[in-house]
Amino acid sequence: MTEPVIELPVDRKIDTSHMKVTDEVAIQITGMNKWYGTFHVLRDVNMTVNRGERIVICGPSGSGKSTLIRCINRLEEHQAGQIIVDGTELTSDLKNIDKVRSEVGMVFQHFNLFPHLTILENCTLAPIWVRKIPKREAEETAMHFLEKVKIPEQALKYPGQLSGGQQQRVAIARSLCMRPRIMLFDEPTSALDPEMIKEVLDTMISLAEEGMTMLCVTHEMGFAQAVANRVIFMDQGQIVEQNEPRAFFNNPQSERTKLFLSQILGH
Amino acid sequence: MSDTHAQTVSYVRQTMLAPQEPPRNQTGAVKWVHENLFSGWLNTGLTVISLLVIFWLLSGISPWLLNSVWRAGSLSECRAILDGTSGACFAVIVDRWHQLLFGFYPPQLYWRPVLALVLLFVALAPVLFTAIPRKMLAFSALYPFVGYHLIWGGSIWFPITVLLGFVVAALAYVGVRKINNLAAIFSAILAPVLWWMFVASPVETALHSVLPLGLDFVRSDRIGGFLISMIVGVSAISLSLPLGILLALGRQSDMVFIKTVCVVFIEFIRGVPLITLLLFASLLLNFFLPPGTTFDLILRVIIMLTFFASAYMAEVIRGGLAALPKGQYEAADALGLDYWKAQRLIIMPQALKISIPGIVNTFIGMFKDTTLLVFIAILEPLALANAIRADTNWNGIYWELFIFIGALFFIFCFGMSRYSMYLERKLKTDHR
Repeated sequence: MTEPVIELPVDRKIDTSHMKVTDEVAIQITGMNKWYGTFHVLRDVNMTVNRGERIVICGPSGSGKSTLIRCINRLEEHQAGQIIVDGTELTSDLKNIDKVRSEVGMVFQHFNLFPHLTILENCTLAPIWVRKIPKREAEETAMHFLEKVKIPEQALKYPGQLSGGQQQRVAIARSLCMRPRIMLFDEPTSALDPEMIKEVLDTMISLAEEGMTMLCVTHEMGFAQAVANRVIFMDQGQIVEQNEPRAFFNNPQSERTKLFLSQILGH
Repeated sequence: MSDTHAQTVSYVRQTMLAPQEPPRNQTGAVKWVHENLFSGWLNTGLTVISLLVIFWLLSGISPWLLNSVWRAGSLSECRAILDGTSGACFAVIVDRWHQLLFGFYPPQLYWRPVLALVLLFVALAPVLFTAIPRKMLAFSALYPFVGYHLIWGGSIWFPITVLLGFVVAALAYVGVRKINNLAAIFSAILAPVLWWMFVASPVETALHSVLPLGLDFVRSDRIGGFLISMIVGVSAISLSLPLGILLALGRQSDMVFIKTVCVVFIEFIRGVPLITLLLFASLLLNFFLPPGTTFDLILRVIIMLTFFASAYMAEVIRGGLAALPKGQYEAADALGLDYWKAQRLIIMPQALKISIPGIVNTFIGMFKDTTLLVFIAILEPLALANAIRADTNWNGIYWELFIFIGALFFIFCFGMSRYSMYLERKLKTDHR
């Protein structure tokens, strides 16, 4: 087998050998279907994510990849099939939904920071109001994670005063403050300038190195190669192909995958 | 530049330039006047015309104002003093200011509404300015009872037993919450209503017979003037904002019944002229109430004005809600905040901030609408102005009374307007 032909946008070599995937199931999706009105967005999706697994989901726009991960914390409602997150099945039961949401962190394409609150308040709000953690303790946790994403000095500023890359790192820290067991990333670098993509990817890589269970919708194939255990390719609302990254990039099986890879890597 | 390099495109800067002072004539008052008043022929012409118009207005009004008479017993005395020259007769204000401010409130008790007004500002301070210690909000919450007692008087046990109803509600909620959340909310509504209907009145009588404390009772029909504008305006303003928020949220609700109720309420109230609602409050509402109920006219008017303002408020706030990106809702959901927490901590602070100009607009509009109470025989300032003009002493006086009333309203409306601008600046965190 030849070495990967794609260049890493990330300038450090990552040793994935210690990043263990356990046998414990984190997310179990079986026979899941979703419609927007009469449009069938997700068609019979089956997927198991083990704890510690890092999965990259890619595919053309409109393929349903964002919708899929938004179903996992029920920002979108599925109409058929089963989604079990951390042993809790997602139904219309609000208690279960809130339980899952407090265990699953999510990072959005457009950051969605709260513009009326400072960076620190953004990070402490949910721990204080959802987890009922004392303010002092929540602030300490927030500063810990802000240091981890390398912007503790911005804590008292407002989101509007930060660059895109900084805002996205705050968004990651905000999610981490809830101590989630699973992190979902919905195109976290798509709205960023090229110079800022790297700082966000670095943050995500260090998260992966700590063994976080991650599902990332992204077109950063370098990131996929560096940290993913598995790459899932979706088209027309279904999983077309999935494989470990090296085989996925070097030896894609389906014609659709080959076409997609040649388009995003072909320049 | 030497010939050898003239043909090349390659260029490397060797030294970076330091910032320099702008040219002298580009700063200061001279620049401002030049740019804003005399920047061209058209602008210069408009400046000159504006100055002429201002001069013409002032020269017309100022002799009348400057030549005004402040001490006279009647309009004919005023005219005698003026002796044919043009001049205002503000003596009417000196003679009747107490009526315009307090209506027929007993003069020896004027200290009570004045104290109520002073305490109103004390109660408002922590609501309006975050620099005031938060503990002061406890007084703000108690103020409605304090203010009521100061203005109407009567037994002190009446506001206290009413206040106890809220304590009953809190106890009922905490007590039943262990069993069931929904039942707790239900009992927190039912228990105080039962308290107010059946228990409060005997308790009040009993307490009063043991310890008869209180102030002299003042009947509602003696309260008038700007005092009534303030009572009705402040009550309706402070009640319409929370009600408007609930209506706006209800209108966006997924629950069909709640949504329908809110939409029907908003559209009905907005679609009917305010004066019809006020006439309804003063004349018709009595037919719908059980016979024998003496439901104070002022209270009825406050309810109607609150409904009216809250319908407008709901639409203003809905505009603010619509302006928020969907991502804010999603981020709040994704963090596990439930509906009410998300509304309170994330959505409403931003939606209300966007709506500040519209909200204050509604407040100001409603405050001025209290003058419509003149049509339902409430002695608000305009009604008293008419009464004063009907007096033989002041028959024929016009401008002076309305200037005084207008100035009173202007002070408060202008204050609200300035506060809203201050608030907008303070809450501006988006740094656009």
